[in-house]
Amino acid sequence: MNWDRILRHSQIYNLLVRPHQPETGTIFLAQRRVYILPTRQGFTFALALVLMLIGSINYSLSLGYVLTFMLAGMGIVSILHTFRNLAHLYVSAGRVEPVFAGDTVRFELHLENRRDVPRHSVLLACAGSTTNCEVPPNRVETVTIPVKAARRGWLQLPRVTMETRFPMGLFRAWAYVRPDVRAIIYPKPDDALLPMPRLSHGTGDAMNAGTGTDDFSGLRAYQSGDSPRHIAWKAVARGEVLLTKVFAGRAAMEMWFDWNDLPPRLGTEARLSRLARWVLLAHANGLRFGVKLPGVEVPLGSSDDHRKACLQALALHDADNAAAA
Amino acid sequence: MTPTTLPPLNLAVLLAGLALAALPHVLHLPLWASATAAILFLWRLAISWKGLPLPSKFVTVTATIAAIAGDILTYRTIFGRDAGVTLLVLLLALKLMELRSQREIYVVTFLSYFLALTNFFYSQTIPTAVLMLFTVYVVTAGLIGFNAPTCRPVENLRTAGALFLQAGPVMLLLFFLFPRVDGPFWGMPQDAFAGVTGLSDTMSPGSISRLSQSDAIAFRVKFDDKPPPRPRLYWRGPVFWEFDGVTWRPGGLPLLQRGVKFESLDAPVDYEITLEPHNRRWMFALDLPGRLPPRTRISIDYVLLSVRPIRTRMRYQLRSYPSYRATAGADPEDIRLALSYPRGFNPRAQRLAREWRRTLGNDEAILLQAIDFLRTGRYGYTLQPPLLGANSVDEFLFDTKEGFCEHFSSGFVFLMRAAGVPARIVTGYQGGEMNPVDGYMVVRQADAHAWAEVWLGNRGWVRVDPTAVAIPLRVNAGIAAAAPQSAPLLMRTRLNWLRTLRDNWDALGNKWNQWVLGYNPDRQREMMSWFGVRSPSWQSLAMALFWSVGSVIGIVALWLFARYRTADPTQRVWLAFCRKLGRAGVVRSKSEGPLAFGARAAARLPERADAVHAIAGLYVELRYGKDADKGSVARLRSLVRAFHP
Repeated sequence: MNWDRILRHSQIYNLLVRPHQPETGTIFLAQRRVYILPTRQGFTFALALVLMLIGSINYSLSLGYVLTFMLAGMGIVSILHTFRNLAHLYVSAGRVEPVFAGDTVRFELHLENRRDVPRHSVLLACAGSTTNCEVPPNRVETVTIPVKAARRGWLQLPRVTMETRFPMGLFRAWAYVRPDVRAIIYPKPDDALLPMPRLSHGTGDAMNAGTGTDDFSGLRAYQSGDSPRHIAWKAVARGEVLLTKVFAGRAAMEMWFDWNDLPPRLGTEARLSRLARWVLLAHANGLRFGVKLPGVEVPLGSSDDHRKACLQALALHDADNAAAA
Repeated sequence: MTPTTLPPLNLAVLLAGLALAALPHVLHLPLWASATAAILFLWRLAISWKGLPLPSKFVTVTATIAAIAGDILTYRTIFGRDAGVTLLVLLLALKLMELRSQREIYVVTFLSYFLALTNFFYSQTIPTAVLMLFTVYVVTAGLIGFNAPTCRPVENLRTAGALFLQAGPVMLLLFFLFPRVDGPFWGMPQDAFAGVTGLSDTMSPGSISRLSQSDAIAFRVKFDDKPPPRPRLYWRGPVFWEFDGVTWRPGGLPLLQRGVKFESLDAPVDYEITLEPHNRRWMFALDLPGRLPPRTRISIDYVLLSVRPIRTRMRYQLRSYPSYRATAGADPEDIRLALSYPRGFNPRAQRLAREWRRTLGNDEAILLQAIDFLRTGRYGYTLQPPLLGANSVDEFLFDTKEGFCEHFSSGFVFLMRAAGVPARIVTGYQGGEMNPVDGYMVVRQADAHAWAEVWLGNRGWVRVDPTAVAIPLRVNAGIAAAAPQSAPLLMRTRLNWLRTLRDNWDALGNKWNQWVLGYNPDRQREMMSWFGVRSPSWQSLAMALFWSVGSVIGIVALWLFARYRTADPTQRVWLAFCRKLGRAGVVRSKSEGPLAFGARAAARLPERADAVHAIAGLYVELRYGKDADKGSVARLRSLVRAFHP
């Protein structure tokens, strides 16, 4: 049967199906994907015009007709202006930085106006937030769309409703776009008091380090009497609880953060949160560390990229189930 | 209360538009209302400028109640034209005081449009029309400002201008093609015609001289051929039969007859009259009208009557017979009415008339005697006649000897009746002035006149103009010549340049009246017939409207969207580059960014890699970089032109 093909080319298909699939590359707002309907103010305006027309007829006001028809003409022409203000824009996705679950992802969209007239007041509504933007003629304008990241894993940019009511607010033109852009959401670092991670088996003699002042071995909650010099100021600056750096008597520079070291009763997400916390702390203190997850191992390192790689591994661990959870 | 968050500059534009809509109303609003509205306007401006708090709900509600109370105290009602407009202005000004959100802007905007419309209740002149269209433009610019918060007011004015110009053709089509209906659907406000000037349905000393101060136009006439000479231009209006010593009244003879009953003795005159609304039923016609226009009647004394009071400018075709023998209205009871007069007043005139009857006997001889009496009586013509007492006819005829046409005609008819000759008073207009600019004859209120008709048996009702007898200049040269000092300024004949100016202005006004203000179902039919549509139904009009407006919108749309095709130069050059590569087999996919495409093309065409990278890099810089200049575009163009894959 050809039904499938017919359906695929019909407007219904576009209306129902296409918006649900992310589009790659630059999205062109062709005429057929821009919808336009009167707003409530538009209907009120029409009602006002009808009243003015009835008044003009009743009182035989020729100039009343002129005024009413002038306003009607402006209303009609404003449809074209509203439509034009949105149609033929080019939308493409820009960069997006990873964030922790619970934070706000800032997706960037590039709106390109290849026309000689500016686009005024284009609203981008997505996941409950709206952003207003102006695109000057023949320019690309970058808009940031904040989206609350609920859980770790990939976050696809939800459907964005682009709408405009310019110039008279009597009509609303809108279009749905769903550029294919994803952000990585790291697990939210937990904020429980930290138990010390077990130190790597591979660095044998660093086991069971006593407390000393030579080498950093980890963090614990601040206790009164701790020397201010040992407070982990970087962590404090990030708004975390007051922590005291614990120094081992002997070098403990390399640490492995292992999934299996955490008690299974914590559950997957709590374990990942704990691991994320460790990664952040270790990186903040310039340690060499690695992460071990079931099936994934990020080797030792200490650079920013390494931190990203570790957090990404945590974010994507069993990501499908995370999304389902 | 919270301070407003509405942008002050946009609000200022909107308020300016609102003020323009309200400004002409100051002429007829009570002073307290104008002052209140002005204060509220300025207060609202100060609030948005200085970030002051809005008044509390209690204050606005109290003020609203006070405004309604004030309106009722002034007008005794809140309905009717003046009371309604006053209330609208006040409520709009009060609405400003609680204007907080974007949504309420629309209420104010739409009410401003409506307020602009109400100005046409008072004046439909060209200046008013221009002012109100300008008002709509400014208000719309204000509205646009609230939909484009980051734009400067200049840009909004430009956007509004574009909308306005593009809406113009739509307006014209709607205006001319929208199926016209004759109003009204319901009653007019009772005070809608309060200021209308014109003849009244009674005549007492002073009632016509009062009109003579006004150069307002009563009606315009377009003759099919040469107009008759001035002394024959008697435009017939209401006829009066009953006299109580002071005031003349119609005789209570509303006998309407379908046909016209008189003998014509000469060739007819064909013409068209455009009558200004005067809120009465009578229509003016040259003595005596033959064929009746549709929806009119004619009274037994040859007064043309409309079925309804004339409240809109009205056009009608007429054929008149300047020479006639009028025999209607001569039944015994009519004649009895035409002979009655109050016996208790004016003994001297009664004595003189009885003397004539005794010495002369014959009606025609008495008439000639009366004419001679007036001609030789050295009467003066003045717009400011001396005040007269109870015996007004006696005092005028024998003592003051100064008066206006109502004095002459009243005195004459009284003499005739006292002498036993049936007579009646006819009011209307005498004369008229040709406008050389458009060939229309203009008859003004100042041309209002009163004359007499005398029943002479077999000659029928014969017109006698006592004023013309006493003051021949009045009829031969017009009122401006007969009473030069008191005629309206613009009617004085000596100021030639002023006349030319007035003629042109009148001709423009006439065009305006004929085609804009007087555009009614008849005119619409006439215009459609030019396009070959004989009797357009509302369906055919609707179709014509639909297709023509559709085409106009289509043209506007083409114009608006055509500018899209002229993509910017950078884009054009880049597309040319993509086409060149496409011909070489490297086709850019839709989703491919310029840099990725450049890299792929460079890999495919290694020997051109440098050029490709340079072009792609420059393009990206031009397109997305912050500081692109004209020189770089030229460089990109030359690079692409030199590029041959």
